[in-house]
Amino acid sequence: MLDFIQQTIGGIALGCVYGLIALGFVLIYKATEVVNFAQGELMMLGAFLSFTFIATLGLNYWLGFALAVVCMAVLGSTMERLVIRPILGYPQFSIVMATIGLGLVVRSLAGMLWGTDDLRIETPFTGGVFKLGGLVIAADSLSIIVATLLLCAVLYWFFRYTKIGIAMQATSQNMLAAYYMGIPVKRIFSLIWAISAMVACIAGVLLAPITLIHANIGFLGLKAFPAAVLGGFSSIPGALVGGIIIGVVETLSGFYLPEGFKDVAAYVVLLVALMVMPQGLFGSRALKKV
Amino acid sequence: MSVEATLDPSAAAPQGPGGPLLKLSNVESYYGPILAIRGISLELARGQIVTVLGANGAGKTTILKTISGVLDPEKGAVELEGRPIQRMAPDRVVRLGISHVPEGREVFPFLSVLDNLRMGAFPRTDRDAVQRDLEKVFGYFPVLKERAHQPAGQLSGGQQQMLAIGRALLARPKVLLLDEPSLGLSPLLVKEIFKIIRRLNDEEGVSMLLVEQNAHIALETAHYGYVLEVGRIVMDGTCRDLMKSDDIQEFYLGMKQDDDRGTRRWKKKKTWR
Ligand SMILES: Nc1ncnc2c1ncn2[C@@H]1O[C@H](COP(=O)(O)OP(=O)(O)O)[C@@H](O)[C@H]1O
Ligand SMILES: [Mg+2]
Repeated sequence: MLDFIQQTIGGIALGCVYGLIALGFVLIYKATEVVNFAQGELMMLGAFLSFTFIATLGLNYWLGFALAVVCMAVLGSTMERLVIRPILGYPQFSIVMATIGLGLVVRSLAGMLWGTDDLRIETPFTGGVFKLGGLVIAADSLSIIVATLLLCAVLYWFFRYTKIGIAMQATSQNMLAAYYMGIPVKRIFSLIWAISAMVACIAGVLLAPITLIHANIGFLGLKAFPAAVLGGFSSIPGALVGGIIIGVVETLSGFYLPEGFKDVAAYVVLLVALMVMPQGLFGSRALKKV
Repeated sequence: MSVEATLDPSAAAPQGPGGPLLKLSNVESYYGPILAIRGISLELARGQIVTVLGANGAGKTTILKTISGVLDPEKGAVELEGRPIQRMAPDRVVRLGISHVPEGREVFPFLSVLDNLRMGAFPRTDRDAVQRDLEKVFGYFPVLKERAHQPAGQLSGGQQQMLAIGRALLARPKVLLLDEPSLGLSPLLVKEIFKIIRRLNDEEGVSMLLVEQNAHIALETAHYGYVLEVGRIVMDGTCRDLMKSDDIQEFYLGMKQDDDRGTRRWKKKKTWR
């Protein structure tokens, strides 16, 4: 039983990271109807940047973390401006290919810049554990869960109560009307990419102590994608819940089932869930007009 | 919403002091290769309501989209207070003082009524004045206050139309563009909405360009009118004169002069496609 609880908590932590990457998919998709397949690579890049700031340059963990997030925000909006905006309006297919290409470029650049070894950053939580009765929980896992909750609270506040956040919702609900309101729709798109890149970066830095940093952690995006689909692909809470479900199922199947099940768990869950609920858990036949 | 003297509905020409507020000269717009409007010239004087009448597909919406900057004209000029605004980005046009109440209302369905209205004031930074204007809009449309916290998608068609108008007013426009506010509403609701449109013009001095298929209500409401057919303006005049014109009576008001007995008979409204 203790094992089960411990594994579940570890799964929730991993699932939070999937959820954060999925959140990036959802934010961009809701606003611009673009599926950004480079989301996992953005996370990887964020983790590498934090390594450079914290381990190479020796900055304080929190300062390095913050700097990486700021850099990724700039990079995210630049990508939108240079790569996506010029091809918006072309068929979905071209845009999807562009984001996949973007991901490949980022991955190989990261390989050249940071090499192919596993990198490690010291966090204030490294090695720490919480004991509760017989239960032992790694501080790293707990920090991921707490940070995810905090980030969600901030995002909720931003989208619900700030003028620019509400304008982002408005833009994703009815782009034409947003133009008529004087909302600078194109700048909103850049901003959404910036936010998605920031969230991805945070996911990457949180994940770093668990998986270490290497050019292939970007592939986690492939597990976050089913999380987003599971959540309905247009729901922010859905993305997080989807991420957590996949994280938990994956971790538990890694623990209790024979080798190999772990890696397909995400897709098995997705297939079963979609057969039962084709709309996803939180999906709606959204009244989307453009 | 500056308060200005309202012009007499029978005023002859759409000329206010210092030239027209909004002026289109020879505007031509396309959808890809398809010509939608051609040689459109019209004027809106400060404080007036000018209507553009036209059947479905005549190009009414296209004229408004061209003014808003959502569509760039191929030729011609759009001027606001003498300043050319054609080919400007839509958000700049709004900032210069043109608000658009789009065809089909286009509210933000999952935002609350209040947030929809606040989005109308997006470019503004004068919070106190926005709050006052919000109260004013609630004064004109009390139902919006009652439903302030409901998602706009749950409102009825008439209420959504009110919301779309209120939302556009919150930008404090110099010119309000109204795209078929009567569309899909019951005759009673149409009356109610046009009464408020009229009051907004009388009491707040909002200048409006109203495009309509419903010639009856538009001619009753506006001061000056243009008639649009397949992308061209074929007639214009004061609404009083237009109401008397035989062609308008026959094709737009559904009345027919009966030569034999010299009496007017109501005829089934001609449908235009
Ligand atoms: N997005 C579009 N693409 C191509 N043609 C269009 C588009 N919108 C309108 N049109 C055409 O332009 C003409 C004018 O349309 P519109 O301005 O919407 O007319 P109205 O508002 O008077 O009903 C019509 O013939 C219509 O078919
Ligand atoms: Mg129309």
